[in-house]
Amino acid sequence: MKRLMTCIECPQGCSLEIEADGTRVISVTGQKCKRGDKYARQEVEAPLRTLTTSVLTRGLELRMLPVRTSKPIPKEKLFEAMEGVKRLVVTSPVKAGSVIATDFLGLGVDLVACRALNKI
Amino acid sequence: MRDRELVIVGGGPAGMAAALAARAAGAQDVLLLERDQHLGGILNQCIHPGFGLHHFKEELTGPEYADRFARQVAEDPGIEVSLRSFVVKLTKDREISFLRPGALEEVKARAVILATGCRERTREMIAIPGSRPAGVYPAGLAQKIVNMEGWIPGREAVIVGSGDIGLIMARRMALEGVSVKAVVEIQKTSRGLVRNVVQCLEDFGIPLYFQHRISMIHGRDRVEKVSVVKVDDEFRDIPASGFELSCDTVLISVGLIPENELLEMAGAEMDRKTNGPVAPEVNLTSLPGIFACGNAFKVYDLADSVTRDSELAGRAAARYLGLK
Ligand SMILES: Cc1cc2nc3c(=O)[nH]c(=O)nc-3n(C[C@H](O)[C@H](O)[C@H](O)COP(=O)(O)OP(=O)(O)OC[C@H]3O[C@@H](n4cnc5c(N)ncnc54)[C@H](O)[C@@H]3O)c2cc1C
Ligand code: SF4
Repeated sequence: MKRLMTCIECPQGCSLEIEADGTRVISVTGQKCKRGDKYARQEVEAPLRTLTTSVLTRGLELRMLPVRTSKPIPKEKLFEAMEGVKRLVVTSPVKAGSVIATDFLGLGVDLVACRALNKI
Repeated sequence: MRDRELVIVGGGPAGMAAALAARAAGAQDVLLLERDQHLGGILNQCIHPGFGLHHFKEELTGPEYADRFARQVAEDPGIEVSLRSFVVKLTKDREISFLRPGALEEVKARAVILATGCRERTREMIAIPGSRPAGVYPAGLAQKIVNMEGWIPGREAVIVGSGDIGLIMARRMALEGVSVKAVVEIQKTSRGLVRNVVQCLEDFGIPLYFQHRISMIHGRDRVEKVSVVKVDDEFRDIPASGFELSCDTVLISVGLIPENELLEMAGAEMDRKTNGPVAPEVNLTSLPGIFACGNAFKVYDLADSVTRDSELAGRAAARYLGLK
């Protein structure tokens, strides 16, 4: 079975053509670099996305702290992860890269701060 | 009035890159003025990934990209950063007035770089008819509200314009649980990146209507619905093609224009169409010793390109000052 998709790994946005048997990829063509191949295989098998959002703070310079997952998570977990994020409040100063939650929701990724925030 | 070697207005990626490059080219005394309480400019609200692939060879979010430069700027003893400093006046002789809490300061610079960014085109500029109910926002303002202030402007949204900001906001609102009914685009294709069409719309099942426009916004106090109509290649409405979408929020993402009031005030020659300075090459203005870079010079798609060109502005200013 042939599948067409757009690689989203970089702004090039290559059009990929994938020959697959169910979730088993036989060949990938159209990618301008190696990452396209990896992306296509992952996308057919189990799509992953990095979640970026912001978390409420208390007592810090800004009301919201931008955060991201340290690695991409399964696409179908995005909404569950958003629910988890809504339950968090950050009260201690952070630097870019500070871990806000380890092994977030048991997904095997951390939630990390994307900027520094100090106390008011 | 104190004399300064180089004054940079605006602490977004453009201003920070220009400051660091000017220092590397020999400038000793750089004053960086930013009206906000933090450096970073618009990147502070662009919390999605997609920055740094060229400059850092890795994919960063906007705040992470800004943080890397902000740290270098903070560590540089030759750059004085003045936050909450709003520049209100610039003359062709490079006299600058700025307001900071409790004071009006004046400096005279030997060279000036304007890195004041851009502003959004508004509903008025594309003339969507209808009433003036609450719930209509420029998409960039909505981005700030959601990402930085932490409140959600509505429950059901329609987005006008499929540029990157519109696409990114469609996903952002969808993630926050808003039902995004559609992105409506008058052109035949999206101005945004294909990867954003895929990961922002297709991932969330948000329909994208090409060659359609919003013909009316309905609602008395709050938006209640919009009328959508298909247009032909000359942007004329196609009869009987109209339909309605109920929604309480409309986000308008129809482009950006350089922010150049200071440059105009100083008497620089401006291009009326683009609102950028008339210039023979990138970063120059018609006034000697006054440079413009980043989105103030022309609207860029990628922050990485802003960084690259603004470094040139820093070096050009250093050359003008007779350094290296
Ligand atoms: C709403 C919006 C969303 C965007 N989203 C993306 C995106 O998702 N991805 C992407 O790659 N690009 C995006 N861009 C483009 C982005 O603007 C550029 O990539 C880059 O951030 C521009 O950098 P800059 O330094 O020129 O401008 P800015 O980042 O806008 O910085 C200008 C700075 O100047 C300051 N300033 C302005 N006037 C004065 C004054 N009179 N006195 C003192 N300070 C002043 C402002 O406070 C601001 O900090 C977006 C732009 C906008 C407007
Ligand atoms: S295949 Fe490589 S070049 Fe093409 S979009 Fe993917 S990452 Fe970019």
